[in-house]
Amino acid sequence: ADIISTVEFNYTGDLLATGDKGGRVVIFQREQETKSRPLSRGEYNVYSTFQSHEPEFDYLKSLEIEEKINKIRWLPQQNAAHFLLSTNDKTIKLWKISERDKRAEGYNLKDEDGRLREPFRVTELRVPTLKPMDLMVEASPRRTFANAHTYHINSISVNSDYATYLSADDLRINLWHLEVTNRSFNIVDIKPANMEELTEVITAAEFHPHHCNVFVYSSSKGTIRLCDMRSSALCDQHSKFFEEPEDPSSRSFFSEIISSISDVKFSHSGRYMMTRDYLSVKVWDLNMENRPVETYQVHEYLRSKLCSLYENDCIFDKFECCWNGSDSTIMTGSYNNFFRTFERDTHRDVTLEASREGSKPRAVLKPRKVCTTGKRKKDEISVDSLDFNKKILHTAWHPMENIIAVAATNNLYLFQEKVN
Amino acid sequence: VFVRGLKRKCFDGEEDIEGTLAGIKAIPSYTLQRQSLLDMSLVKLQLCHMLVEPNLCRSVLIANTVRQIQEEMTQDGTWQMINTQSTGQASLDRLVSTDILCRSSRDQAEGKHVPAYGTFNKDFEGDQAQDGSETMATASSVQTPRNLQSNVWEMENAQENKGNFQKSLDQIFETLENKSPNSVEDLFSEVDNSYYDLDTMLTGMMSNTKMGHCDSLETFSSPTNTASNSNCKSDLNDLDHIVEILVES
Repeated sequence: ADIISTVEFNYTGDLLATGDKGGRVVIFQREQETKSRPLSRGEYNVYSTFQSHEPEFDYLKSLEIEEKINKIRWLPQQNAAHFLLSTNDKTIKLWKISERDKRAEGYNLKDEDGRLREPFRVTELRVPTLKPMDLMVEASPRRTFANAHTYHINSISVNSDYATYLSADDLRINLWHLEVTNRSFNIVDIKPANMEELTEVITAAEFHPHHCNVFVYSSSKGTIRLCDMRSSALCDQHSKFFEEPEDPSSRSFFSEIISSISDVKFSHSGRYMMTRDYLSVKVWDLNMENRPVETYQVHEYLRSKLCSLYENDCIFDKFECCWNGSDSTIMTGSYNNFFRTFERDTHRDVTLEASREGSKPRAVLKPRKVCTTGKRKKDEISVDSLDFNKKILHTAWHPMENIIAVAATNNLYLFQEKVN
Repeated sequence: VFVRGLKRKCFDGEEDIEGTLAGIKAIPSYTLQRQSLLDMSLVKLQLCHMLVEPNLCRSVLIANTVRQIQEEMTQDGTWQMINTQSTGQASLDRLVSTDILCRSSRDQAEGKHVPAYGTFNKDFEGDQAQDGSETMATASSVQTPRNLQSNVWEMENAQENKGNFQKSLDQIFETLENKSPNSVEDLFSEVDNSYYDLDTMLTGMMSNTKMGHCDSLETFSSPTNTASNSNCKSDLNDLDHIVEILVES
């Protein structure tokens, strides 16, 4: 199994898609509750697996284009088939996933095994009939959106009009129509005329969930810009600029790096947005630009280790974050296969571990604690014992229920709220 | 709710006993640690060149850090004093206790005593990931050139140092984007029609640039090696959109 690089529930939560470093997409489907297996509801089983992207070679730059899936975004379901967008560094593809449970039998011109019948054997005409067959799930690429990005694509976001979507790379954001593959519109371009002056890149972008003219993009300097596409064709001028003033007393050489935003997500309500930087998660009210309304420390104990984390490149890890369906709780990952959830109203937070050790299926997860003082209590883990290779970068929350998907390197964990 | 910050007042008994006394005596000054951070950053940036398709965000963040250090050093006036620091010892030692840099300026003002966390470094470097995640690969490959690189820096005098530094930064950003249009024309004039033949491109390009990559990785000798390699790559970048349209099937 390959390293999972993205996780995403669809709009109903019945399907869960994962993309991996090998360019594969695996879709899980939630089992329906049946009388014979009452406990099976909530289990997700593999529904479809397909190879979305292949490695490519850019001959001119003599560079390989990785097949790793950076993001998957579902389209809302409009007919029996399911559609999703998946992207690697350079190319976005629209995939159609459809079920087939019937097949036609009784063709006139060919046998059951597909061979052409001898013409003289065709003595009568018959109408083919549909017979049931074992369910087959087929994935087929319907559109390929290529050659629009010079730099690496980091985000895709489907618009609320369900007709357009945006794709963002380090320096540019493009707007596409789902039906049109040979043209995209550039809506943000922060590339300087002289690349030597480059000091800031785009790190994430997302459309507003309700206003189809509004989107935001975050930067490596810890800022978020909200743009309105009605104001101009090229949204280089932002409508709103969100930045928290820096605390001068906590400034260090790593301040900028840890302020770099790795993920931005609108709340389902559309009133708030959440940003993830290296050490914290911040919730912003779209109506207030000068500071976030809430800040949650994810792993503050790493602040004194920043130099080591810079040396081993962990400081550049891009953690994602997500909201639950009601926007009351937020979740994000950390190291040592830990992930954290924060309840916004009660300010309760919990650290959990995605690990097979010491946990049986359907057992309640035990909260974990990282010891930051000298005296380590039993069951606590000290900062120096944390495994920085086990990082949880990708998590997803079911849109309506308390089911979460957590990707731990090459394993996918699904957790559900225990209902008594 | 976690305790904010890591304000250990004294060493953790178990972890650091052997290194304790030596650690206290040998905690490098802020200047040395800053220099070490600068060295580390430059090596990281140069490594970016040699690897396939550098991560632009990471390069920009590291370059900004380098600029910050340079600015501070220029203000301090320590920029001129670079070559007076330390011996030819491996800079690995200098990286051992760099957590003074992690302290906020407020902590530094209060003069808090923070112990070296050499253990942390060692523990981490001991674990080598099987899957070869990118971070680990970079970390382990940084080990070898670091000594070489820092020695190179120390041997040159201050003026050259500054010049080289600026040159490095410029080279780095040049490779991230095209050069002037003149070079594009030059490139086209050298190229014959067989350029557009996929096979010729493959063999021609690959033999040139791949060799460049391998050479750089093996020798790590001087910045000039990297320069020629990155020049080649930036020329290729020039052709980016133009030939993509022409050759695209």
